[in-house]
Amino acid sequence: MKGENLADTIRVISNYADLIVLRHPLDGSVRMAAEFASVPVINGGDGSVHHPTQTFLDLYTIRRESHLEGLKIAMAGDLKYGRTVHSLCHALSLYGAEMTFVSPPELRMPPEIVRDLQKNKIGIKETDSLEEIIGDVEVLYMTRVQRERFPDPEEYEKVKNRLRVTGDLLRTADPDLKILHPLPRVNEISPEVDSTPHACYFEQAFYGVPIRMALLALALGVIE
Amino acid sequence: MKEKWNLKIQAIENGTVIDHIKAGQALNVLRILGISSAFRATISFVMNASGARSKKDVVKIEGKELSVEELNRIALISPKATINIIRDFEVVQKNNVVLPSYVEGVVRCVNSKCISNSSEPIKSKFSVFQSEEEGVTLHCLYCEHVISEDIAENLL
Ligand SMILES: Nc1ncnc2c1ncn2[C@@H]1O[C@H](COP(=O)(O)OP(=O)(O)OP(=O)(O)O)[C@@H](O)[C@H]1O
Ligand SMILES: [Mg+2]
Ligand SMILES: [Zn+2]
Repeated sequence: MKGENLADTIRVISNYADLIVLRHPLDGSVRMAAEFASVPVINGGDGSVHHPTQTFLDLYTIRRESHLEGLKIAMAGDLKYGRTVHSLCHALSLYGAEMTFVSPPELRMPPEIVRDLQKNKIGIKETDSLEEIIGDVEVLYMTRVQRERFPDPEEYEKVKNRLRVTGDLLRTADPDLKILHPLPRVNEISPEVDSTPHACYFEQAFYGVPIRMALLALALGVIE
Repeated sequence: MKEKWNLKIQAIENGTVIDHIKAGQALNVLRILGISSAFRATISFVMNASGARSKKDVVKIEGKELSVEELNRIALISPKATINIIRDFEVVQKNNVVLPSYVEGVVRCVNSKCISNSSEPIKSKFSVFQSEEEGVTLHCLYCEHVISEDIAENLL
């Protein structure tokens, strides 16, 4: 707040705390913090790069509510800036997966990530339509499209209304389809979906508590 | 037969000749070596000299042999360059530049939101890769952004 740089802040807080959880708007900030810290640093989200604790809880949710190996998953929304989907697709590639990326053309998954996944033999499909793919996936991971990504407000409204999960859309879905969302949502999942067996996002949010407890305990050496 | 451009620049007694630099990249070679007006040796260079096959640039540094690590950075912008160590007017050693696997503080990350572009006390850090399809690519160790073109335009 007083113009101090992050490196100094981290060095100071290292003296006060046993562990640092850092969320920061700049890309790569947490990796830098780890270089300056003398205590463990947990990435609570850096810019549009990573959100690994979210990914741990996403994996846990998928394992409990569906299955991890060879999962057919669609990720939808802002795939360009959405750090949760970036971390998640890297993590899921360890288990083999078929991934479908659903986004408006301006918010597609960064090509370097797509290339990485393809190197790991992950099958990838890209589309801008949920209708087209909803019958073919076991997990749908929705994310929010943020207004500030669109210079033109009209464009934003269009996109926002195209990528929506509604009761109607789900009529052709697999009965076992699970819908996840890192929350907060705006209108990308209509409230009528909440009471269907597909909705998993509030459980997912709950699993964040034990997962983060476990990560803190691990980082502090309380458990191994 | 000696090459024509030799007439343009005097022979040096001791030093380093960087030869076969991609045409037009001589100034960037100086930049990547961190050579500025504060540098204490005499530098001369030729741009767009006609080489055996095509045009090239050549840089000559008098009285100074640079470290291999410094010189290998040239491979980022000119992979075919050669390093000739001159002693007593003779070429006593000739090496191709070798692409380093890691570079620090040499190239600016093109991602404006990268922490390495903020006012933090850090240098940019990249892993360097080379592949058939993409040529030389730099992978930012902070933000993971990949630079595949314009390396020369982003020298620090
Ligand atoms: N004493 C010197 N002073 C300045 N430049 C020199 C001197 N000796 C050689 N050079 C230059 O250094 C480079 C390498 O010299 P060399 O005699 O090995 O040329 P070459 O046989 O054409 O080598 P290459 O096959 O690498 O082109 C050439 O560009 C040459 O002009
Ligand atoms: Mg020659
Ligand atoms: Zn970067």
